[in-house]
Amino acid sequence: MIWLDTLVQGVLLGGLYALFAAGLSLVFGIMRLVNLAHGDLIVFAAYLILVGVTMLGLSPLVALIVAAPVMFGVGWLLQSLVLNRVLGKDILPPLLVTFGLSVTLQNGLLETFSADSRRIPAGTLEGASIDLGLVTVGVMPLLTFLSAVAVIVGLNALFYRTALGRAFRATSDDAVVAGLMGIEPKRVFAVATGLAMAVVTVAALYLGMRANFDPSIGPARLIYAFEAVIIGGLGSLWGTLAGGVIIGVAQTVGAAINPEWQILAGHIAFLVVLLVKPRGLFPRAVD
Amino acid sequence: MILRLENVSKSFGALKVTDAVSVDVPRGEALGIIGPNGAGKSTLFNLITGNLLPNAGRIEFLGRDVTRTPAMERVRMGVGRSFQIPQPFEGLTVFENLLTAATFGRGGREAEMVEDCAAILEETELLKKANLVAGTLSLLDRKRLELARAMATGPELLLLDEIAGGLTEGECRALVATIRRIHAKGTTIIWIEHVLHALNAVVERLLVLDFGRVIGIGAPDAIMASKEVREIYLGLEV
Repeated sequence: MIWLDTLVQGVLLGGLYALFAAGLSLVFGIMRLVNLAHGDLIVFAAYLILVGVTMLGLSPLVALIVAAPVMFGVGWLLQSLVLNRVLGKDILPPLLVTFGLSVTLQNGLLETFSADSRRIPAGTLEGASIDLGLVTVGVMPLLTFLSAVAVIVGLNALFYRTALGRAFRATSDDAVVAGLMGIEPKRVFAVATGLAMAVVTVAALYLGMRANFDPSIGPARLIYAFEAVIIGGLGSLWGTLAGGVIIGVAQTVGAAINPEWQILAGHIAFLVVLLVKPRGLFPRAVD
Repeated sequence: MILRLENVSKSFGALKVTDAVSVDVPRGEALGIIGPNGAGKSTLFNLITGNLLPNAGRIEFLGRDVTRTPAMERVRMGVGRSFQIPQPFEGLTVFENLLTAATFGRGGREAEMVEDCAAILEETELLKKANLVAGTLSLLDRKRLELARAMATGPELLLLDEIAGGLTEGECRALVATIRRIHAKGTTIIWIEHVLHALNAVVERLLVLDFGRVIGIGAPDAIMASKEVREIYLGLEV
């Protein structure tokens, strides 16, 4: 039974990693932009929610609903004012700019909130669990996983059922031709990054409620997100969920064998997938 | 005049690819453009669509100065364009390609565009392939999709870039028939083409471009008979 339990906990943990990765996958899929500040933006959003909960007295859910549009705006402005200027044939400038943003965010958060580790208080939710007979699952991990599925279902519906989604896919195919069809690629990119930041806010809520965080933990979240995106195959959102689950399961299995192996096992799973399927499990992006 | 170019020039470094081109295109005309490879034909299209900005000169569309107007705005004003090498949105279905072009190219609501797109697919003989992913199409269907997508943007002026190239005789005839029908409904057409018999079956005037300069413009018969054109374009010793 212990193995089934480990497996289930791993799958649910994978939901968190999928949430970390969904925004990254979205932005990379549409504009081939690798955002090195993605992890720090998650942490930034977590502090935003923390402020809403501790200083304004909002419930975590209400804080999320307030923070998500704010983060959409942050993403929109970031893309319009900064990233759109550096996107081009050369992939180095966006990497440098987002790396700089990562450093700036970490230090800005350190100045504002100090290096103390913090946690978003979630009340009774923190310890609640459901007995499913064979295994008992925490309500929080279950909510995390369900949120990840909901986010991915939502994004897929947006991509394949709406005019905006077609504009995303058309721009991703060929931004110049999209311009000749009356689509403004820069505007599409700004909306996409805004959307990614709204997803980041959801990830931040669960990051902050599940465990402690401080201004320096962003890059480690970025690595999990990267691995989930790459395991799943670039451009496939369901693949990203699968990637998150693989890392999550590998980590819990590793930890069950020896607690020291948790992080390492996740990275090894990533390397194994890369060895077997270098383009990921469900590759969609061609280049 | 639907389109007026006045002394339009474009250089890439020291190379002058468009050299003081002036031409007036009346509404409803079909104008053919011929010239050797590298004569600057596609560059001229890029200047008209706004993908390139000229170094000098002035471009008027529908009486408005559009010399510096961004490409996406010109699409919405009514400049539609097909590419020499078909560039469909490969990940979208044929129908989605059209719907995207129609929704954004006209700035309309998508529900209102559905029937229109279906009619264009019928016209361009793509209706049966509407739900195929564009990346899987054959060359002929890709060319048809280029035409269909340009039509979906609701163009007043349709720019066709070597759309008949690489097709078999039968395929070419079918495409010419489609283009004639579109022209007959009142769309102004400018067509770059090496397949002269296809071109001459549609256009009322021919423009000859060489080294970025206009070296002749007029009725197709007169142009094809002119000594200069035969020497430069056809490479004939006369």
